[in-house]
Amino acid sequence: MTTIGGKKREKIDRLAELAARDEERGVSLWQDAFRRLRRNPAAIIGAVILTIFVLVALIGPFLVPYGPTDTMGIREGLIKPGVIPGSSSEHWFGYDHQGRDVFSRMIVGARQTLLVGVVATLIGLAVGVLIGGVAGAAAGLGGRWGRWVDSTLMRFIDMLLALPSLLLAVSIAALLGPSLTTVMIAVGMVSVPVFARLLRGSMIAQSNSDYVLAATSLGVRKSKIAVAHVLPNSLAPVIVQATLTLATAIIEAAALSFLGLGNPDSATPEWGVMLADAQQYLGIRPELAIYPAVAIIITALGFTLLGESMREALDPKLRK
Amino acid sequence: MFRFIVRRLLQLIPTLFGLSILLFIWLRRLPGGPETAILGERGTPEMRAAIRRNLGLDEPILIQYGRFIRRMIRLDLGTSISTKREVTTEFLQRFPGTVELTITAMVIAVGIGIPLGYLAARRRGRFLDHASVGGSLIGICIPVFFLAYILKAIFSENLGWFPSSGRQDPTIGATRITNFFVLDGLMTREWDAAADALMHLVLPALALASIPLAIIVRITRASVLEVLNEDFVRTAEAKGLTENVVRRRHVLRNAMLPVVTSIGLLTGGLLSGAVLTETVFAFSGIGAFLADSINQRDYPVLMGFIMIIAVVYVLVNLIVDLSYSLIDPRVRVR
Repeated sequence: MTTIGGKKREKIDRLAELAARDEERGVSLWQDAFRRLRRNPAAIIGAVILTIFVLVALIGPFLVPYGPTDTMGIREGLIKPGVIPGSSSEHWFGYDHQGRDVFSRMIVGARQTLLVGVVATLIGLAVGVLIGGVAGAAAGLGGRWGRWVDSTLMRFIDMLLALPSLLLAVSIAALLGPSLTTVMIAVGMVSVPVFARLLRGSMIAQSNSDYVLAATSLGVRKSKIAVAHVLPNSLAPVIVQATLTLATAIIEAAALSFLGLGNPDSATPEWGVMLADAQQYLGIRPELAIYPAVAIIITALGFTLLGESMREALDPKLRK
Repeated sequence: MFRFIVRRLLQLIPTLFGLSILLFIWLRRLPGGPETAILGERGTPEMRAAIRRNLGLDEPILIQYGRFIRRMIRLDLGTSISTKREVTTEFLQRFPGTVELTITAMVIAVGIGIPLGYLAARRRGRFLDHASVGGSLIGICIPVFFLAYILKAIFSENLGWFPSSGRQDPTIGATRITNFFVLDGLMTREWDAAADALMHLVLPALALASIPLAIIVRITRASVLEVLNEDFVRTAEAKGLTENVVRRRHVLRNAMLPVVTSIGLLTGGLLSGAVLTETVFAFSGIGAFLADSINQRDYPVLMGFIMIIAVVYVLVNLIVDLSYSLIDPRVRVR
């Protein structure tokens, strides 16, 4: 079937194919990263874990069989010193030391845990991006005066790093009293130096790019270059770090609860507080510690898997 | 090299100065003061005022700060409000415990982490690789105090292999020289004391090592994978060097730079952050004492301890920077 017209058609087809491929080559960094993310089984596992976690946190509290603060076990006389009933068909995870249904508390606790993780990370992100962004812009574009601003800010970050992180948290708790807000602020503040350093380094690296040179020679103001060009291009590692920080924030919140700095009012269940409370009953019901601990580990694992896969997907060195 | 060290040490001075101002203001802003911690809620205003006057806390903050700086220059950190002992004495008594714990934990983390990360990279995609990457993920995600409790429950309470708390069995009556209990035992040839102190270190150090171990495995693996793809490795193989020489002299050595950086940062972090492990194992290091000092508003202890920790942190990182030039001759410190 090789006619002259056929050859022409073949040629056109090939051109169309090439054009299509060109279009494909033109995908943005994020689209490309997302495509590679979808092919990574670790990312899928992480995303599935997180979807379940978020769904439980959002919808779960409406579906729980018992009220999370209902001390029914005490009312029914089931809780005696040294006796805490284990799991049964009505109470899948049994009772806690105050006779409350552990399964319901776990579900409702997911929401609190998610809240602590997200708010703490946002606090760290906001402060860290502000400091790191100013330092990075000043160091990359600001000349001599900028270098001075940068090194002052970085000395401040060094001081934050040299301060023991738990000490920072303990003193914030002393300032505000033990509460969920304290935990969120304390955990957030600890992550500030990480975000600031990352963004600064990334912005300085970007400042040497050709597009910055082009924008400068076109006469674009430096502040505009920093905000509109350099900053958006430098955010990728910070976003990846934020995903990873969500995992550590949940773990650190649990640690603060363990030290007695968390929410003293156990009416709003949170996994970290539940884990901390359960330490006293390890001899009677070790499960009480294991449920929240496993939940924390799995959730942290979800964030870590997704964050690591994002880092891999965005790393230009690993691109084939 | 010498100029580099001097410059870094000089940079320490403004950092410490800034840190001291920051700390001073921040501690004084905490509600309540040592008088509340001493008297509780019962004290009358006169009693509170008397205590504040005794401690010199009624003077303007600038004068207090000036006094602190004058003492600091003479390396005098003052006296603890709650224990009435010199801050330096308190520090020298407790810090060795934390140092012993940190070193043991880092020896475990480095000793297992680097070989495991290296093997995982060599056997990329095989079972060992997946197992170590998966294991290190869980190591990062497990709360340290929970791991500490599990280790204690299994290896101490159930199996009875290791002691569950403290730094040494007090009935041994070991001689103290440096307060590094293991070292003391070796120096005085009290072998049983050294062995006992070492046994007390195992479980807390294992718990403390979990996160550094996980991080070192991952960084080593990633770094080795990157170096394996370098041209110089192919060249080395092509010119007929044995696999062993290529691995040792070309791959491992070049891959160590990021690993050493992370070891430095992790060690610095552990020296200040072992509060959780020290609490679970009732291990008397600086962690729990610092947390107590905040509650007691023990200003001299807090100022002194944190300043010394900051110095130690900077020194550890200086040593790390210096070690770069030993590992990689391309890095010349200036």
